Amino acid sequence: MKWIAAAPLAALLVLLPSLAGDFYVNLASQILIAAIFALSLNLLVGYGGMTSLGHASYLGVAAYISALLTSRYGFGHGPAAIISIAGTTAMAAFFGVIALRATGLGFLMITLALSQVLWGLAYRMSGVTNGDNGIAGLTRPMPFGISLESAASFYWFALIVASFAFLMKAIFVSSSFGSSLKGVRDQPRRMAALGFNPWMIRWLTFIYAGFWGGVSGLLYVYYNKYIHPTSLSITSSAEALLGVIAGGTGTLGGPVVGAALVLLLKNYVSAYIERWNMLLGLVFLFIVLVMPTGIVPGMRRLATALRRGSR
Amino acid sequence: MTPLTSDYALEVVNLKKAFGGLTVTHNISLAIKPGERRLLIGPNGAGKTTLFNQISGDLRPNAGAIRLFGTDVTFFTPYRRAHFGLSRTYQIITLFAGDTLEHNVTLGLLGLRPSRWQMWRPLSHYSDLATEARRTLDAVGLLHLAEHPVSDIAYGEKRRVELAMALAQKPRVLLLDEPLAGLSNTERSQVKSLIASIPRQTTVIMIEHDMDTALDLAETVTLLNYGRVIVDGERDAVIADERTREVYLGA
Repeated sequence: MKWIAAAPLAALLVLLPSLAGDFYVNLASQILIAAIFALSLNLLVGYGGMTSLGHASYLGVAAYISALLTSRYGFGHGPAAIISIAGTTAMAAFFGVIALRATGLGFLMITLALSQVLWGLAYRMSGVTNGDNGIAGLTRPMPFGISLESAASFYWFALIVASFAFLMKAIFVSSSFGSSLKGVRDQPRRMAALGFNPWMIRWLTFIYAGFWGGVSGLLYVYYNKYIHPTSLSITSSAEALLGVIAGGTGTLGGPVVGAALVLLLKNYVSAYIERWNMLLGLVFLFIVLVMPTGIVPGMRRLATALRRGSR
Repeated sequence: MTPLTSDYALEVVNLKKAFGGLTVTHNISLAIKPGERRLLIGPNGAGKTTLFNQISGDLRPNAGAIRLFGTDVTFFTPYRRAHFGLSRTYQIITLFAGDTLEHNVTLGLLGLRPSRWQMWRPLSHYSDLATEARRTLDAVGLLHLAEHPVSDIAYGEKRRVELAMALAQKPRVLLLDEPLAGLSNTERSQVKSLIASIPRQTTVIMIEHDMDTALDLAETVTLLNYGRVIVDGERDAVIADERTREVYLGA
């Protein structure tokens, strides 16, 4: 039943470039990238109970490493991608050790502080990062010799990566480790008494989330062909967190819907209203008031209620 | 670590714990033999649960030692103690409310298995875990509720899930913190026979206030008051002791 409903959606996603113009195809690519990013953040926030306000670090650092290696040091896209992901994952391992000294609000503040340090470096270390000018003139990779310059080809590339990311995360949360993680989120003391190592479980999740944050960062820099310190800013982290919460934490669909919502408001509505941030705030307020657990769980509840009512 | 084989399943030696100026564990020493059924009694605030929390590793004592089968585990983390064969239940029900009974017990099984680290295989593919979880639920008489979330079941049933989670681990030493609290008479006798059926490979240490039931299960009794051991020994001797009457059973 679930798969029958998913088939038209899958067809729509694959055929989108032949149905819509470049503007929408590019918007869809951005949504896919934001969705991978939000899904990785949701591993921490939703499944791990670790609310991070510094997740943009992984997106930004992966993007910067790739940008620097390809534009300045003459690396090919393949090795640059590998080094960038490996470096970002290693950074997540290091940041995790620091941030996981605390839980709850303390954890949030440490993640925020660490990401602010990186943001500051990106701004001030202009000899390396080009500071406020950002790094421009980047290229997109050509996997198997296929050019990703057109809107459609990049979209399909992003779709493949996003589908894989979604699948991997779906498997992750239903795995034994995923159950361990949710258990540690709900009853850490009990989990320890049962033989689970709560710290290690949180740390590995933190690293895994950092890895996928890095993957989204690569796609981000490929798409924009440009990188600027704002991608490391608190706004970037907060937008993703907002998307995850609005869509529904601890669900697989929630972050995707939330990321889409934020990007649609940002790109589409901002053409009509200058202060799109205000609108985002209002929409967020509406969601929190009407569907406190997020759009996806809220809609699910609504659907069940309607089904019952029609009987 | 002293890998000496010991005559005792659990030894507590001169254990001391203070919260600020308040000493809650005052040089407590206990020696419990493998397979023994020990009952811990004492008035409210005697330090029974605090003692349990130190044995399980949730609290770190200020001084003294805890040994499991001769190994000093005083500085072991709680999860390492679990792998060493220690299980416990909680006085305040500590379950995974949104998950099914089967999943709760499965977590108990998973905690001791290497597969708990597996990230790329769905938990539902481990049919041996599900089978084992259901067998344990059957043993506590809750198999018919296996698919229900814990939040849907009655209090007495939750108490039995607490027990099932610990029993599924086949512990060498089992700490039961008021397993009968808040149960009806029927439930009490159910849980009582459940505890009585725990195999002798498991040493059981139980905190319980329901003397009628608990004394039937116990072989030895320790009476605590204000963080000290007052009387310690064979059940009948402790019950007959004048100090027990004075401190606990009341005149």
